[in-house]
Amino acid sequence: MSTFVLLLATGLGLGALYFLVASGLSLIYGLMHVLNFAHGSFLTLGAFLGWAVAQRMDPSSWTGFVASVLVGALVGALVATLTELLLIRPLYDRHIEQVLVTVGLSLATVALFEGIWGTDADFIRGPAWLDETTGVLGARIPNDRFLIIAVAVLVLVAIVVFLRRTRYGMIIRAGVENRAMVTALGIDVRRAFTLVFAIGGAAAGLGGVLASHYFGYVSPTLGGSLLIFAFIVTVIGGLGSLTGAAVASVLVALLQQFANYYAGGTGDFVIVLALAVVLLVRPAGILGKVAA
Amino acid sequence: MRRSSWTSLGLGVAVVTLLAVLPLLAIQVPGVLPGPTYTPGALQLLALCMVYATLALSYNMLLGTGGMLSFGHALYFGGGAYGLGIVLERTDLSLWPAVALTLLGALAVALVTGAVSLRVSGIPFAMVTLAFAQAGSVLVRRNPDGLTGGDEGLSLDTEHVPAALVGVVHTRNLYWLALAVVVIAYLAVLWVDRSRVGHVAAASRENELRVRSLGLQPYTAKLFVFVVGGAVASLAGVLYLLLQSGTVPRSVGADLTVTVLVMVVLGGVGSRWGAIVGGVIYTLLNQRLTLLAGSDAIESLPTVLHVPLSEPMFILGALFIAVVLFMPGGIAGAARSGFGRGRSRSGATVLEAADDQGEQRVLEPQP
Repeated sequence: MSTFVLLLATGLGLGALYFLVASGLSLIYGLMHVLNFAHGSFLTLGAFLGWAVAQRMDPSSWTGFVASVLVGALVGALVATLTELLLIRPLYDRHIEQVLVTVGLSLATVALFEGIWGTDADFIRGPAWLDETTGVLGARIPNDRFLIIAVAVLVLVAIVVFLRRTRYGMIIRAGVENRAMVTALGIDVRRAFTLVFAIGGAAAGLGGVLASHYFGYVSPTLGGSLLIFAFIVTVIGGLGSLTGAAVASVLVALLQQFANYYAGGTGDFVIVLALAVVLLVRPAGILGKVAA
Repeated sequence: MRRSSWTSLGLGVAVVTLLAVLPLLAIQVPGVLPGPTYTPGALQLLALCMVYATLALSYNMLLGTGGMLSFGHALYFGGGAYGLGIVLERTDLSLWPAVALTLLGALAVALVTGAVSLRVSGIPFAMVTLAFAQAGSVLVRRNPDGLTGGDEGLSLDTEHVPAALVGVVHTRNLYWLALAVVVIAYLAVLWVDRSRVGHVAAASRENELRVRSLGLQPYTAKLFVFVVGGAVASLAGVLYLLLQSGTVPRSVGADLTVTVLVMVVLGGVGSRWGAIVGGVIYTLLNQRLTLLAGSDAIESLPTVLHVPLSEPMFILGALFIAVVLFMPGGIAGAARSGFGRGRSRSGATVLEAADDQGEQRVLEPQP
C-alpha cells in the first residue's frame, strides 16, 4: 500500500512537470499550428538562471527559492516573447518553416548552454523542508512533490481563469476555434500569438526550476528530455486542448511510474505503446477536436 | 529523353567516375580534407560524407516527395547500424546475408511504425515518429541482454566480415562501397520519384482530398514512400557501422534526425542533388568546426566570442536558422534562381504543402 501511495505521489509530481511544459506547447499549437521544439530550451534556461539567482542569495532559504521560481518564470516568458517576435513572426503562416526555426534554435541554445555551464549536471539544493518527507498512509513522500503539484494546479487554474474571464483569453480561445474569423472581425490576432508564447514560456521556465528540484540537478539536456514526453502528452491529450493536456499529463506520468516499478522499468515503452493505441482508436487525442 | 536530361545524365556519370578514381589520385584540398585524396584519413572523411548523403537522400524522399515531416528517421539508420552489428555478433552469418537480414528487419520496423504514424499527418505525424524513435533510443541505451552495449556503443565484430573491408589499409575499398551505396540510393529514390506510386504520394502532398476523390489511396502511397525511405536509411546505417567499425547510441537519437533535417533543408527540400550536397557540406563543416573549436585562434578570443564559437552545434544551428529565414530554397533553390532555371518547385512551396493546415488532421486509412 505504501509503495502504491509513493508511486502515486511521484507520478503526480512528474505529471505536474509534464503539464507545465505541455500546456504551453498545446496552447501554441492550438492557436498557431507551430510545434515549438525550443520549448525545452526555455525550460533549461529558466532552471539555470533560477539556480544562479538562488546561489547568489541563499539556496536553502525560502526567499532564495521563491526568487529562483520568479526569475525562472520571467526568463522563460522573456525568451519566449523574443523568440516569437524575432524568429516566428517573420515567417508568418509558414508553419513548417516556423517549426524548423525552433528546431535550429533548440540545437543552437543547447550547444550554447553546454558551452557556458558545461555538459555535466549541476547538483542543486533548496530549502531543507523540500528534502524532508511527510507520511501519508504509511508512505514517506518527499515534500517537493506536494509543492510541484500545488504549483501546477495553480498554473492550470490561472490559465483557465485567464482564458475564460479576460478579453485576451477570449481572443485566444476564439483564435483556436477559428482564426480566420477572428482576423475578419478586425482583431489583431498576432498580439495573441506573442501572448501565448509568453505564457507558455513562463510555464516552462517555472517548470524548469521545479524540475531541477524534482530531479536534484540542472543540466543542458534537462529540457530536451522532458520535451519528448510533453510531446507525447500533447498528442494523447489532443493538440490545442488545455484540459486534454492536464488529463494526459497525469495519465502518462502515472502509467510511466507504475510500469517502471511493476513491469521492470518498461515505463517509456508503455507510454509509446499507449500513444500508438490512442492514435489507432482516436487519432485526434482524448480531448481533441474530431475532424468532421 | 530531352537534351537537358542527357546533359544531367552525362554530368552524373562524370562526377561518379571522378569520385571513383579519386583514391588513385593525389589531390590536395587544403582546409577541407586532412590530406591528399589517396590517404585513408581523407577517404574516411569522404566516405562518411557519402553515408550522410545517402541518409539525406532518403529523408528528402520522405519530406520532399511525400511531404512527411518525420522526426524519427534516425530509428531506421540506427536500426541498420545496430541490426547488422547484432546479427554479426550473435550469429554465424557472413556479411552479405547478414546485411540482407538487417535490411529485411528494418523494412518490417518501418512498415509497422509507418502504418501507425501515418494515421495522422502534418505536425502530429512529426511528434508520433519522434516518440517511436525515442522508444528505440531508450531500448538501445537500456542494453537489453547485453545486445547493444548501452552508452558504450557496439563495436563491429569482424570475424565474418571479408578482410578487404577491415582495417585502415582497406579504407579505399570502404570508400568504393560507400560510393556504390550512394549511387544505389540515388537510383532507388529516382525510381520511386518517377514511379506511379511516387506520383500519387507527391500528389497527396499537394492535395490529399483531390487524390482521394480520384479513387487513389494516399495512405498506401505514402506508406510505400515511408518504407522505402526507411530501407535506404538503414542501408546508410549498415555502411556507417562498417566504416566506423562500430556504432554509438547517438545514431538512433533524435539529434541525428534533426541533423539530417538540417542537411536536407540546407541542400534544398525536394531536390535530390541538393540533399547529397547538403549531406556532404554538413559533414565537412561539422568536421572543420570541431577542429576550429579546439584551435588556438578561438582559445585566445574573449569569453563572449570564445564560448559560442567553440560549440560547433551552435554555429550549425545558427546557420540553419539563417537558411530557413533568408534562403528558403536552400543551396538548390539558390543555384536554380542563379542559373535562371525555374523549372521545378522551390523548397519553400514543398514545405508549405507538407503542412496539414490543421484541417485534414485525421487521415482515415481506406480498408
